[in-house]
Amino acid sequence: MNSIKNQEPTSETIRLEARFQNYVDGENKVEPKDWMPGAYRKTLIRQISQHAHSEVVGMLPEANWIGRAPSLRRKVALLAKVQDEAGHGLYLYSAAETLGVDRRELLEELLAGKAKYSSIFNYPTPSWADMGAIGWLVDGAAIANQVMLCRTSYGPYARAMVKICKEESFHQRQGYEIMLYLSKGTPAQKAMAQDALNRWWWPSLMMFGPNDAESPNSAQSMRWKIKRKSNDELRQEFIDKTVPQAEFLGLSIPDPELRWNEARGHYDFGPINWEEFKQVVAGNGPCNRERLEARRKADEEGRWVREAANAYAQKQAQRRAQTSEVA
Amino acid sequence: MEFSPDLRTQHLLHLADNALILGQRLSEWCGHGPVLEQDIAIINTALDQIGQARMLYQHAGKGMNPALDEDQLAFFRTENQFLNFTMLELPNGDWAQTLVRQFFFDTYNYLQYERLTESSDPALRAIAGKALKEIGYHAQFSAEWVIRMGDGTEESHKRAQDAVDRLWPYTGEFFESDGFSAEAAVRRAAPLPSDLQPHWEEKVDAVLVEAGLKKPVLQWFQTGGRKGQHTEHMGYILAELQFLPRLHPEAQW
Ligand SMILES: [Fe+2]
Ligand SMILES: [Fe+2]
Repeated sequence: MNSIKNQEPTSETIRLEARFQNYVDGENKVEPKDWMPGAYRKTLIRQISQHAHSEVVGMLPEANWIGRAPSLRRKVALLAKVQDEAGHGLYLYSAAETLGVDRRELLEELLAGKAKYSSIFNYPTPSWADMGAIGWLVDGAAIANQVMLCRTSYGPYARAMVKICKEESFHQRQGYEIMLYLSKGTPAQKAMAQDALNRWWWPSLMMFGPNDAESPNSAQSMRWKIKRKSNDELRQEFIDKTVPQAEFLGLSIPDPELRWNEARGHYDFGPINWEEFKQVVAGNGPCNRERLEARRKADEEGRWVREAANAYAQKQAQRRAQTSEVA
Repeated sequence: MEFSPDLRTQHLLHLADNALILGQRLSEWCGHGPVLEQDIAIINTALDQIGQARMLYQHAGKGMNPALDEDQLAFFRTENQFLNFTMLELPNGDWAQTLVRQFFFDTYNYLQYERLTESSDPALRAIAGKALKEIGYHAQFSAEWVIRMGDGTEESHKRAQDAVDRLWPYTGEFFESDGFSAEAAVRRAAPLPSDLQPHWEEKVDAVLVEAGLKKPVLQWFQTGGRKGQHTEHMGYILAELQFLPRLHPEAQW
């Protein structure tokens, strides 16, 4: 009873689904060989592969500054950070593969423009300060989401997240440290930091996804304990945590409506421009084309390399087979 | 920058510049590798190279008067003050050019660093001890790729042979043994480069044979790197590498 072919709501399926829900409600981890509802599997494949694509596409805006990092220490740290993101991509593709898809198939969907990845990476990095803002805000927002996912109900995903979270918090500290140097630096450096915060603040808030009322799949994901907090809850947590950090830097958050609400015990904030979000998701962000083109170019130019590696591996296997026949 | 380092410093800068310029080049692959695993692997090599450059700059800078730090040496010297091999500043080209260059240089570098672990300069000896292990991995990785490409498909073979032919003329520079290299050998701080040549050729020949690639027959080699004379590509590398700290010379990052 490893899998079910389709979703006929037979009494058997209903029984299995009830048992599954019970199992998840008991805070048990679902493992690859366990029975799971088709929709649960599908949701996870979509979510984990989008997450993997985000790590890989997310390398590009930061790779943009490796060659121009302003000190050798920063260069090494940035290079290592972007390498970590590649590693995150690998862990996540492997987690997705435990659900019966293969990485190449997922990659083809990305390259064909059919799969989504986090929209934040469709924004440009014109300034060194963007390396600070991305680490601080983008990795920061990612952590809020990923800390929650360390307890997600699907075992391989949860375990991948535990590894990833450790590195992400390191990235965030590194990004914040860049911002600290800039904001305590020369007037030009401080202006650079403020400009980066201005550009990254709102897109970072959008990373948590639409408001709960506009996010119909969220409720089911919460029932399955894939998610444990709603988009709005995570967004609020992130804002509450980040505002004092910005204050410490002496930078101002570009939201005139941002203020502490004593009664709620949270910061109130202004309306998010969901039209911009929709447009960027739909492919109309400033860098959507460039990002996909860069991935396609790498994939196409890498084809002969992958073919060579396969051909050589096959020849070696044949040679080994021949020598063992002779022997 | 007013800059006239003695021969000892020049030798250290030569080692450091090789590592930095190669690391800078390799890091261009970041996010653009042929497959995720190889992207990660090539970034590893880049990280090791830049890490080695930092240790060497710190060592070189400490001995200067006035002392300079690693960033002053990396970001505020001009093109003619860089003493790296010209091969290392060439554009990456395709995976074949990158890995064949890596193979030629790693093989040389391994032999060199093996001897540097016995250097009369204790700090250099310590740096070499750490670097040698890394360079050993690089050399194995690049040799494996040369064999894989040479013995892979028709296309990979052709690309690998093209890379060998294109890069071979730059290998002559490795073994030039005058100036600071001669002085370092006299001090027993480093091997005389020409002493490494027979071992290098032996190793390179063996890998090329296994890969089914032809060694070019050539008597004329490029030169200049050790004397601060570079290819047309070097200026662009430095423009990218150095522009930000030079734009804000008073800034801390
Ligand atoms: Fe990541
Ligand atoms: Fe990260």
